[in-house]
Amino acid sequence: MSELLLDLKNVTKQFKGGTVALDNISFSIDADNPSIIAVAGESGSGKTTLGMMVLGFLSATTGSVLYRGKDLTKMSGQENTDFRKEVQAVFQDPFAVYNPFYKVDHIMEVPIAKFKMASNKKDARAMMEQALISVGLRPEETLGRFPHQMSGGQRQRMALARALLLRPKLLIADEPVSMVDASLRATILEALDKLNKEFGITVLYITHDLTTAYHVSDYILVLYRGSIMEAGDVESIIRNPQHPYTQLLIGSIPWPDLDRVWGEDIAIIDIEEDTSLESKVGCKFAGRCPQVMDKCKVSPPPLYWPDDNNRVASCYLFEDKEILPGNDVGTLFQSKKVAAAR
Amino acid sequence: MQRITISLRYIRRNVSLAIGLGIMIFLILFAVIGSFIVDIKVDPYPLAGPASVAPTFNYCPRTDPDCAQVEPVAYPFGTDGQGRDLFAVAVVGTWMTIRIGLLAGVIGLTIGTILGFTSAYYGGFYDAFIQWTVDVLLTVPGLLILIIIASTISGLEDGKTLTINQMGLIIALLAWMGPTRTIRSQVLSMRERSYVMMARLNGMSGMEIIFRELIPNLLPYLGAGLVGSVTGAIFASMGLAALGLGPLREPTLGVTIYWVINQNAFLRGLWWWAAVPITIVALIFIMLFLISMGLDEVANPRVRRAR
Amino acid sequence: MSNEYILQIKNLDVQYYTDAGIVFANNKINLELKAGERLGLVGESGSGKSTLALAILGMIKPPGGIAGGEILLDGRDITKLTEEETRQVRGREISMIPQGAMNSLNPVMRVKDQIIDSMIDHELGLGKAEMKEIVRDALEAVELDRNVGDMYPHELSGGMKQRACIAIAIAMKPKVIIADEPTSALDVVTQRQVMQTIRRIQEEMGAAVILIGHDMGLMAQFVDRLAVMYAGQMAEVAGKQQAFRSPMHPYTQMLIESLPKLATKGVFQGIPGITPLLRDLPPGCVFSPRCPQAFGPCRETTPKFLEHRPNQWVACHLYENENESEKARA
Repeated sequence: MSELLLDLKNVTKQFKGGTVALDNISFSIDADNPSIIAVAGESGSGKTTLGMMVLGFLSATTGSVLYRGKDLTKMSGQENTDFRKEVQAVFQDPFAVYNPFYKVDHIMEVPIAKFKMASNKKDARAMMEQALISVGLRPEETLGRFPHQMSGGQRQRMALARALLLRPKLLIADEPVSMVDASLRATILEALDKLNKEFGITVLYITHDLTTAYHVSDYILVLYRGSIMEAGDVESIIRNPQHPYTQLLIGSIPWPDLDRVWGEDIAIIDIEEDTSLESKVGCKFAGRCPQVMDKCKVSPPPLYWPDDNNRVASCYLFEDKEILPGNDVGTLFQSKKVAAAR
Repeated sequence: MQRITISLRYIRRNVSLAIGLGIMIFLILFAVIGSFIVDIKVDPYPLAGPASVAPTFNYCPRTDPDCAQVEPVAYPFGTDGQGRDLFAVAVVGTWMTIRIGLLAGVIGLTIGTILGFTSAYYGGFYDAFIQWTVDVLLTVPGLLILIIIASTISGLEDGKTLTINQMGLIIALLAWMGPTRTIRSQVLSMRERSYVMMARLNGMSGMEIIFRELIPNLLPYLGAGLVGSVTGAIFASMGLAALGLGPLREPTLGVTIYWVINQNAFLRGLWWWAAVPITIVALIFIMLFLISMGLDEVANPRVRRAR
Repeated sequence: MSNEYILQIKNLDVQYYTDAGIVFANNKINLELKAGERLGLVGESGSGKSTLALAILGMIKPPGGIAGGEILLDGRDITKLTEEETRQVRGREISMIPQGAMNSLNPVMRVKDQIIDSMIDHELGLGKAEMKEIVRDALEAVELDRNVGDMYPHELSGGMKQRACIAIAIAMKPKVIIADEPTSALDVVTQRQVMQTIRRIQEEMGAAVILIGHDMGLMAQFVDRLAVMYAGQMAEVAGKQQAFRSPMHPYTQMLIESLPKLATKGVFQGIPGITPLLRDLPPGCVFSPRCPQAFGPCRETTPKFLEHRPNQWVACHLYENENESEKARA
């Protein structure tokens, strides 16, 4: 029985003021199978909240978040230090993560010292240079500079270099390319891919941009207002979405492909939101769903397997199909081992 | 080295800061060089010289029939009605007044910063309590409180008036509230910045984050806050002194003004007695104002003027 | 003199004078826009596209200034207008849909008043009733309910706020609409709806649109022609089909290559190197340090912006030789 790297058990997060950011989410990531899992959704979907909770910056209202079997809120001092070292992040704004008062070296020097990763300055410097080269940066062009002296792409790559340096087990990438220019996005995504394939780091890629999610991830979780709408293999979901919400999303994406016209391949019906369903019982998407049924407004649907592909959708359209056992989407993420073995 | 040249080049463009610093250097030189010229223990005090002498470089006592026989004494700022050499008063008093301002300003700012920081960073009940205290105290008329405290202390022992340091401490009592508020709001906004999150991911503890990450970025605000609280402190000390509640034995600028009023200097035609402290106080305030405007430009790039 | 081009930019130079040196934000920009056409202006941050938009709107302020060239709106050079005349043109003949709708709407004014406000400023000589009519039409055009006019901005959702901004921009039926990343703050579903609204309105009004952004997907779905800027200069201008299928400038080629498409999962083709600073441009062609096809003249002379293929303009030495050798043969 392999250890679970991350395990969210029925996690609900409600903020003061009543907003429910995450509603009874359960999923796990197993340690043996480092993959890139995209958490996709619009603003208000809860994806950023999920990231913050996995990083330990927010605590669950109900349910628990376990890292390697230990509840985040109940860790001892040493367990906490280990957790900090093994779970790292890259954030959206490449500029804001740097303290403008210090040179950029600061973001790497501090953790090396805090986690006792090098015994002297020379070793530390060597580690930093190695990490920079791995992401395609030149140490002489980056170390010793101030954040405002570097470009956005360089800063973001350096943040990745820092993550690489720390050899975490889990990397939370919260919209790492949305504030980076188009021509540099590919480079950053490539670095993320490298972190996963060469160094075995599991990446949780949080984004609203399904095109980049498709490009870089193996699996995807589509969130809407705090609930999982569809989850599983990214190929199946993006090419052949089954949940009405996912269909709406995919259809609305402007693909940079002249042969695909907006919204033509999937019939998009723009529904004015039915705000009377604000009472939040039932399926979250019921207010906008073109195929809504009465039972959708009563209780939220469980996760069904719509077809033979490795993905599940939370929709009563598939109520005659099998339900995902244990409600744990994480079991879907393990099948890569099987696929790789083929 | 490079940082210094960049700073100098910047100061050249930031006119307010340049003039403000210029005045400050002038005053410092004045006080320092002046202290070598006058005897600071004797000259600014009563009976150091003849009374009520208009500014002159060649003083000749009227009783002396032949001025050529006596060494000419210079009283460039004249003397006041009690024989104080006003030039010495200017030299000594400037520093004393600024000292009160600095003492009160620095203490007030330090307390305010510590309270503001910790209450913003840790939040919760502690924060609510500090906020409530600050809000209540800010509504209390400060000068009134100072007057009461000052008059009580100076009345405690007969003939004893306040020392400079006592004045500084009393004013500090009311100087900490403003900084608490501004620093707290700055820290609240900084706390949410990604580099604080990054610092946590790097394994830093709360106090470490405050000292290593937040305080360096607050330096411009602290600088501006210092200028603000020093200005307020000097203002308060002038007010108290002019009412007679200052350190009456010392020749501070505020106390000099008190004597000007108390001894009817204008009625007696001794205009120079008033001109000296008023000019210097005006210079000090202009200096503080320009420096604070200049610092505002540094901290807030949007205010920077385009050429 | 009737001209099929509603907007013509000829050899425009825009420079900013800073302590650190002159920033060459726009260099010899040449661009033409037909009436009713949709043009996409793409470029990274630091490419000068926002400066170009500001120049067209006459909003370049010191320390910046237009150092040369002209901008002809319907034949009239708007760079030579007085402050007052520029203000009249802005909003009425050329208007802008700004990027962050939340920050562009006055929070203490009702939506309809903001539309009326801009009309009053333009001294159209209209009576109250006429202006109300225009407001109604504008709101209808952007598919907002009439009573939205009476609401304050904070009562509207993100998409509605953006539509309100569009309504303000089109109220006076301008000839040219500049849309500066109008949907970057919106989610993908709302984005599609808003872009479709913009398209419908501009087709009805016959106005030309310049869509500024860097989302190539959006460009592919919305524009007719594409203009690509790099480091303050115009690299390529071509019809959409040509730009995506047979781009000429190496920068455009690499940009198209780097786009994630369904067929290319797992393949990452970034553009190595970084954009030069606008005040420290490399000699010769500004793209030469990063260009995999750079050769001799690239590092010495700036290539001219010429129509090397029918309706496809590019500034690149690769094609100058082509043309010259053809001319030699002819």
